[in-house]
Amino acid sequence: MSLLDRRLGLDAQVAVRPEPFGALAYHYGNRKLIFLKHPDVVRVVQALADHETLADTLRACDIDPSRWPSFERALASLTESEMLHERHEVAPR
Amino acid sequence: MSATKSHLVEQLKTGLDAPICLTWELTYACNLECVHCLSSSGRRDPRELTTDEAKAVLDELHALQVFYINIGGGEPMIRRDFFELLDYSIGRGIGVKFSTNGAFIDADKARRLAAMDYLDIQISLDGTDAVTNDAVRGDGSYDTAIRAMNHLRDAGFGEFKISVVVTRHNVDQLDEFKALADSFGAQLRITRLRPSGRGADSWHDLHPTNAQQRQIYEWLLAHGDNVLTGDSFFHLNALGEEPLPGLNMCGAGRVVCLIDPIGDVYACPFVIHDEFKAGSVRDPGGFAQVWKHSELFAELREPQSAGACASCGSYDACQGGCMAAKFFVGIPLDGPDPECVSGHGEAAMLAASATDRPRPMMDHSKPVRVALPERIPVSLGRR
Repeated sequence: MSLLDRRLGLDAQVAVRPEPFGALAYHYGNRKLIFLKHPDVVRVVQALADHETLADTLRACDIDPSRWPSFERALASLTESEMLHERHEVAPR
Repeated sequence: MSATKSHLVEQLKTGLDAPICLTWELTYACNLECVHCLSSSGRRDPRELTTDEAKAVLDELHALQVFYINIGGGEPMIRRDFFELLDYSIGRGIGVKFSTNGAFIDADKARRLAAMDYLDIQISLDGTDAVTNDAVRGDGSYDTAIRAMNHLRDAGFGEFKISVVVTRHNVDQLDEFKALADSFGAQLRITRLRPSGRGADSWHDLHPTNAQQRQIYEWLLAHGDNVLTGDSFFHLNALGEEPLPGLNMCGAGRVVCLIDPIGDVYACPFVIHDEFKAGSVRDPGGFAQVWKHSELFAELREPQSAGACASCGSYDACQGGCMAAKFFVGIPLDGPDPECVSGHGEAAMLAASATDRPRPMMDHSKPVRVALPERIPVSLGRR
């Protein structure tokens, strides 16, 4: 299943702090610090919980489809570092 | 990827809204007197922040969304309110990593520490045997550190860190340090010796030789992904094409700063000197005002001149090295690092006269006890 079709959410142990370049995300559990290097990535990450899938989120955040592959890569690395995980609860409609 | 990375470094140089790596030396009091102590610790300073003042600083850091702090000293566990401040910080969502020589970690304390979340512990050790370690950290300090590590392991603390300052005398022990850390299920952290604090006097005898610098670089290339270094060794990047793991820039005043035991804020833990003092948490506006608006930090966030290093092809890799290392050996801040791997540091140090060398301004070393053979009669009077 493509990442675009997955239902992702921020881990409860992650804090996101806005910065001039985008934001810093810190995972209190595994102590990882990740740089979100573009304000649009920050918007997308913070909107994940409001939408069904990653693709829905990207559409809702007005991200041009030509940029989707770079967002997929960025969010894949956030998933690897456990900043994001699969949501199991029912997303609000 | 590397283009993105250097773009990020450029942005970090202009500063962050709050520090990523904030070191807070809680006290100048220490049971040890290591010859390379960055803060010349020994005696408590009577102006030390009170418990309430320290909690107010933590409230501020919480508001700034500082994720974690690095607590040190002195020996921070000497403070009677140590656990109170630890609990308060973690309760405010600020994780704590603290550095200790281990003297105050007994079985009880180890269990108490093991029960806390968001806490990391760094035990300082500068040799894998007592002779090497104690020469720098004092008699009995090796046994003390190992005892603390045993307590932490027995209490099920999990992965603590062993923190090593790399010197001429322990550089050959890097593999042994790694093995020691592995045997405890601990993580190894190695940092650079700086000529700061009491290190101003011991650095010339202790800092790694040129050949040893290459040894450190090669070792980090081979093992660096599993070893913590902070931003210690970016000056070695001029040795090869491949950059070392970690953040390769000087973070002073940009992503890093130091709060000292009396609340003074410095650009980094290695420059406790008026020239790098940005203000105090006791000033109006507190820490946030200092971080966001101090003149010193504003200057450090401006593009820095490559100065004497501008014509060197390695400047992009080494960034001119460590500001603190230059400062305390009398090299101008836009000059080469004293441990410049191309050898420019030697000449720059020779060019600096002894009077160019600033003395550390805070000295909390314990008074030297001189045994007097007999009572010397003292008469008071006008000369």
